[in-house]
Amino acid sequence: MNRFLLPLAAFVLLLAVLLVGLKRAPEKSILPSPLIGKAAPHFTLPNLFDTTQPVTTAALQGHWSLVNVWGTWCVECRAEHEVLLQIKQQARVPIVGIDWKDKDEDALSWLAQLGNPYERVGTDRDGRVAIDWGVYGAPETFLISPAGTVVYKHIGAMTLEVWQREFLPRVGASASPGA
Amino acid sequence: MKPSGRVRAPAQLCAALLYAGLLWASLAAAIDATPPLPDPLLQQRYYQLTHELRCMQCQSEALADSSVSLAADLRLQVRELLLAGQSDDQIRDHMVARYGEFILFRPRMTWRNAWLWAAPTLMMVLGCVVAWRILRARARLVDAEQPGSNGDSLLP
Repeated sequence: MNRFLLPLAAFVLLLAVLLVGLKRAPEKSILPSPLIGKAAPHFTLPNLFDTTQPVTTAALQGHWSLVNVWGTWCVECRAEHEVLLQIKQQARVPIVGIDWKDKDEDALSWLAQLGNPYERVGTDRDGRVAIDWGVYGAPETFLISPAGTVVYKHIGAMTLEVWQREFLPRVGASASPGA
Repeated sequence: MKPSGRVRAPAQLCAALLYAGLLWASLAAAIDATPPLPDPLLQQRYYQLTHELRCMQCQSEALADSSVSLAADLRLQVRELLLAGQSDDQIRDHMVARYGEFILFRPRMTWRNAWLWAAPTLMMVLGCVVAWRILRARARLVDAEQPGSNGDSLLP
């Protein structure tokens, strides 16, 4: 009997390892951000709408906010745009847009055509701020706490389901519309 | 149904030429077209770093081999950090702070992944123990079958 015990144990162990791997496989393509739990990386970006007033990390202080990295060249961004507009309508968490590697005129006409879900939009033309935020593909959406800490990051198009499942519970009842 | 050699030859020749041409083109058009750094030593480190940092968008390629714009941006950043006098480790830390350990093709040893580094040795020790036990059991079996063949046998 003893001679079957060891192979059986090894088999069960292997089975467990493979099962865990199989279950976690979908998460593997989504990389955890090292920024979670840290202060939002500082930035100062030209304002898409008002060249005299730059968009800075100060816009994220004192209230919950979303930072959405997008570009008019990004197909998924178009797919999530409707959802961002709905989030804006809920008026719970203001969205700061980072327009990544784009052209001002393209971004302006996109927002004029599809509606503007953003409280303000900073333009990251050389992609430096995106690198500081660890962005590797648009769209990416960060949840920033009132203290200016990165609480959550969603990679890929935002959906209402993700918004309700991952974002709203974190914001909780404490959310108040930004200034 | 043997195809005539005379008919096939031109097509094969064309294919071979096309293939050779593509190969040559891919070698000639390097992805990183930026001019080399002024100092050959810096250029050497730049080469090293861009080959051991991962392109996050196309995850099995190094920064140096990737044509996506993010890779170009990150190569530029490596270049600037080198010129600013940062060490290789400082540059790696800079990237890891933004993109996580995954950006390193050669993961660093930490307490969290130490067991992974130790795994090959552990496996070998385990294998040796198993093999030793099997061999010993077999030897005993032989002893039991042929009591007369071994003077050390404890069997009567």
